[in-house]
Amino acid sequence: MTPPPMSAAEAAQINASVRNGWLLSLPALVVLAVAAVGPLLIVLVYSFLEAGKHGNVVGNFSTGGWSGILWTRDIFTDSYVLADAHLTIFWRSIKLSFLTTLTTFAVGFPTAWFIATRPPKARALWLFLITIPFWTNLLIRTYAINEVIRTEGLLNLALMKVGIISEPLKLIYTDIAVFIGMTYVYLPLMVLPLFAAIDRFDLRLLEAGYDLYASRWRVLRRVVLPIVKPGIIAGSILVFVPSLGAYVTPRVLGGGKQMMIGNLIELQFLAGKNWPLGAALSMTLLIVVTIALLFYVRAANGEKTHG
Amino acid sequence: MTATNAIEARNVVKAFGQGDATVRALDDVSVEIRKGEFFTLLGPSGCGKTTLLRLIAGFEMPTGGHILLDGQDITYLPPNKRPVNTVFQSYALFPHLTVAQNISFGLEMLGKPKAEIAARTEKMLALVKLEAMAGRKTSQLSGGQQQRVALARALAPQPKVLLLDEPLSALDLKLRQAMQIELKRLQQETGITFVFVTHDQEEALTMSDRIGVMSQGKLQQVGTAKEIYTRPRNRFVASFIGETNFLTARAEGTKARLASGDVVDLDVPATGDKTLTVRPEQVRLVAANEAGALVATIANLVYFGTDTHVHLALSDGTEVTARVQSPATGDAGLEKGAKTGLRFAPGAVQIVGD
Repeated sequence: MTPPPMSAAEAAQINASVRNGWLLSLPALVVLAVAAVGPLLIVLVYSFLEAGKHGNVVGNFSTGGWSGILWTRDIFTDSYVLADAHLTIFWRSIKLSFLTTLTTFAVGFPTAWFIATRPPKARALWLFLITIPFWTNLLIRTYAINEVIRTEGLLNLALMKVGIISEPLKLIYTDIAVFIGMTYVYLPLMVLPLFAAIDRFDLRLLEAGYDLYASRWRVLRRVVLPIVKPGIIAGSILVFVPSLGAYVTPRVLGGGKQMMIGNLIELQFLAGKNWPLGAALSMTLLIVVTIALLFYVRAANGEKTHG
Repeated sequence: MTATNAIEARNVVKAFGQGDATVRALDDVSVEIRKGEFFTLLGPSGCGKTTLLRLIAGFEMPTGGHILLDGQDITYLPPNKRPVNTVFQSYALFPHLTVAQNISFGLEMLGKPKAEIAARTEKMLALVKLEAMAGRKTSQLSGGQQQRVALARALAPQPKVLLLDEPLSALDLKLRQAMQIELKRLQQETGITFVFVTHDQEEALTMSDRIGVMSQGKLQQVGTAKEIYTRPRNRFVASFIGETNFLTARAEGTKARLASGDVVDLDVPATGDKTLTVRPEQVRLVAANEAGALVATIANLVYFGTDTHVHLALSDGTEVTARVQSPATGDAGLEKGAKTGLRFAPGAVQIVGD
């Protein structure tokens, strides 16, 4: 079927409506330009300037901010050495974000499956319960986790009462604490896209899989996971990206010792008085996140051409 | 020991719900489906035919009774352990896989060697004439093509029994008729036992070696199309398959006296009050004064093209429909209100249970 050729008048009309569409999105574009692109450019410029004595920047071009990401000046020998503290923080950020993504998936998938297979009324209730934490301030939720896992916290009290442990576990201010906190905070961001994907999944395909000699495990791997893949990718990105830039959670549960990139950036802008380094770190984080997003978009598009 | 039955259901009961709300989808069903036959489960929706199919596939476990495949009890075997495949009503094709990948799925799950999978997939594609579509996604196919992929996918692992759950119901009439012939051809070429579920009596009559008519969770009658049509066991079977006339009569030997006082001949001697059935096409119109003919009044005439339905009233008002072939002019030469004689073709009058 080929559509009938368009008349000039019709074409003009379509052009006009496309132009109107741009006009309608103008306010949003202005907000984006002023509030997102502008500050980003400032950060980019700052990352190539020299640090001022009391914070801020001096207007001289310098790559010191960028080299400071990996190299630090040893004040005793006046030579540049590898900034292993930074590397530790990068590694911790990536490791914890990855673990958080993996764990939220492991916990979130069965949860999303459970919700998607409930009758419509119960489903609405479960979704509502999943979104409740969003109504509470992140800081408060994080302190609540602190309350649970601190040395005299609920978890240790309970475990000691039951007699599983005799000494309280030292969880607070460790990587594990940060990991537990981020998993809790970002779990809904994994559950919701997974739910949306599973909700669209035709459950009759499960029977088709079993009928064709696939075990439950293989039906999951060969039928369910490939079909809900867009949801898995969306959820993973939604969890991984904010995890990588997490600030509040590592601050409260890591106690300022178990820093992540977000805390390192804050340190450079405030106590460290090294704005170019802070700006360069911010840009690095942005690049990592952008690469992650590109991966997502490509995978999602690949899915579209298939389906 | 070689069993002659591909599938045997023994006193199968399937109840859904609990307590007073229990519904018996299958109520003590026993049936034997022979190897290599095209067996159809026919009945209205909710009669339990799909439930029986799902029990054979293993998607449901029966509340009671046993299901045997080749003489072996498979009642509690999970579906992936049964050499039985299903063509689903919704097709349930895997949307993330190509046509060829859909077809090879079962073979892969069975762990067949790669070369065998490739060869068998090729063969299946050729069998359903979809070689050109091998690399397409299933969503790019028409309904009829998807149907054929579903068939090829289910046939590829060479199941002992192929189950078909109203597979043609989503197709339009022309395509459905083509697929009926196609299915019959596939069944004969592969020699696989087909168990076909449908509510369409015409589909059942034209395709099946034998038909099991179901109603309200019970198997009403099992037999060939001819047996079921000409010798329906009960009222339900007689009325569900084709059209028919019911007459109440008192039987004595090979004679039966109708409520109108007319006497008709029976094949099988019987005594007592009986329900008789005669197919409309077995009712012959004759001259009103012919000896031994029943006298009736023509109440209405409905022209159907190939034939004309003549609605008749016997002397007591009992309605009888006759189907007469329309003459070339279309005018059967009958007139509303006129008296006519009628005879039932020899052997056409059958006694049915209730």
